[in-house]
Amino acid sequence: MSIRTKRYIGAAGSHLGLSVLALICLIPFLWMLSTSLKTKQNMWLFPPQFWPVHPRWQNYIDAFSFAPFARYITNTLTLEFFIILGQVVSCTLIAYGFSRFKFRGREVLFFVMLATMLIPEQVTMIPLFLLFSKMNWVDTYLPLIVPAYFGNAFYVFLMRQYLMTIPKDLDEAAKIDGANELQILWRVLVPILRPSLTIIIVYTFTGVYNDFMGPLIYLNTPEKFTLAVGLANFVSSRGTEWNLLMSASTVVLVPLLLIYYVAQRNLIGGIASLGIKG
Amino acid sequence: MTKQVLSKSERREERMGYLFILPWIIGFLAFAAFPIAASLLLSFTKWDIYKAPSWVGLSNFQRLFQDELFYKSMKVTLTYSAFSIPLSLVLGLGLSLLLNLKIKGIDFYRTLFYLPSVITGVAISMVWMWIFNDGYGLLNYLLSLIGIEGPHWFKDPNWVLPAYVIMSLWGVGGSAIMFLGGLQNIPGHLYEAAKIDGASVFQRFYKVTLPLLTPTLFFLLLMGIIGSFQVFTIAYIMNGRGAGGPDNAGLFYMLYLYQKAFKSFDMGYASAMAWVGGLISLVLALIVYRTQNKWVYYEAGDTGKGEKA
Repeated sequence: MSIRTKRYIGAAGSHLGLSVLALICLIPFLWMLSTSLKTKQNMWLFPPQFWPVHPRWQNYIDAFSFAPFARYITNTLTLEFFIILGQVVSCTLIAYGFSRFKFRGREVLFFVMLATMLIPEQVTMIPLFLLFSKMNWVDTYLPLIVPAYFGNAFYVFLMRQYLMTIPKDLDEAAKIDGANELQILWRVLVPILRPSLTIIIVYTFTGVYNDFMGPLIYLNTPEKFTLAVGLANFVSSRGTEWNLLMSASTVVLVPLLLIYYVAQRNLIGGIASLGIKG
Repeated sequence: MTKQVLSKSERREERMGYLFILPWIIGFLAFAAFPIAASLLLSFTKWDIYKAPSWVGLSNFQRLFQDELFYKSMKVTLTYSAFSIPLSLVLGLGLSLLLNLKIKGIDFYRTLFYLPSVITGVAISMVWMWIFNDGYGLLNYLLSLIGIEGPHWFKDPNWVLPAYVIMSLWGVGGSAIMFLGGLQNIPGHLYEAAKIDGASVFQRFYKVTLPLLTPTLFFLLLMGIIGSFQVFTIAYIMNGRGAGGPDNAGLFYMLYLYQKAFKSFDMGYASAMAWVGGLISLVLALIVYRTQNKWVYYEAGDTGKGEKA
């Protein structure tokens, strides 16, 4: 066999292997979509139908009329907006402070900040709940939003690493032109920082979108529920109507899939560039 | 040493620096330092949030070590990690080798396999619940095609944990992408040299690839241990509204902590649980950390600080 043929066979084999794995990876989504379009009777067929002959789009309308999903979407997006804003602003300022200014104790404080990433969430969860309930913040969005305005160790770290690679000459030039510290940050550095800002925005978005425990603990009134908690609540009210549950799940997952599609380079690149060096 | 005298501009720089990191300092005091101290104090009290807390000394810890469900939840969590972590490391490594091939459309596959690690949370948990349905689920149907009568999964205490492990393996693309980052950092000349020395494909894998991937392996192992003590959302949904599952076979540590704190409002007890769980995962992580000299390979010049803090 020539090397060329061998190579072709090799490539074909790899493609075959990868496609099978890709299918396994996609099956849950396809099954969700297919179930979401089935009638009640079709759903309980065994062997199951892979794709309904007459897709029932009505399921989506039903799901929306049985639970206030539009409301949950608005709530989730409101939270997203305020949390992302907080993270972006606070992490940029903090990373700027840690990377561009000399002050006593800087290295120690930076190390302490990194160490906070190791604090297990379950330890801080209970005192924070008690604190927020003393402040009468339970059943409001404040416990979920306010902490975002005080930075996040991981994002600050990410951004500070990025800032360290930007030469200080740019700052100096702007300083000579009479810009103050905030102007330098806003006019000179932020435009360059866009890639790491995108990573923070995308990570925060998916984090908030998937967060279940926070809203579960803090929100009591159904009108305030996020999509995650609303969907979990929907399960208990519509126990076995899997077709409706799957249409609701599809509605919840679509924005996440879209964001993933748009930001895939940043996400995968971001993870890979965390650079566990070999 | 003479006292350092800062010039006017240096003093201004220092002030500005503190000013910019001020949000973090406040956040650190309010959302890290205070809760840690408070949590430690709380673990020595009895508090149901309605009445004032009362000091009970070590009694929460004594109760904890006599609590069968505490041992059960620990067993569930550790058994889960004992299977899900090694399996996802091995499969993730295998997948990353495939994803490192230089073939057409490889970017598409990378994107696809990473997808499950972004999709966590309630919606996908519900999809799994339906797939694992014992009577009409897709999984048991596929098993029946090859002549296997599927188990009752979430209704059978023996099959609850295997189901959780299977679900965790669906997210193996996440670790594959991490391994891929490591693979791409391996300089090609090492392979060339090994080839010239007559090393076979397998020898090249064991002698070159694997040693150079050990830092990634180490990092993922640590993350896996910490992560299994945080399993919550999927268990809350799959077991049904935060219950423990049949015979509490799905009672993950975090889930039990949640039950104690937010269902029975036993805040002191739950704080004690948080500390014990935190310490156990810390000890496990430290054991792994201490063994790294034996198996984690860092390139010369890299001072053993390859792991990310």
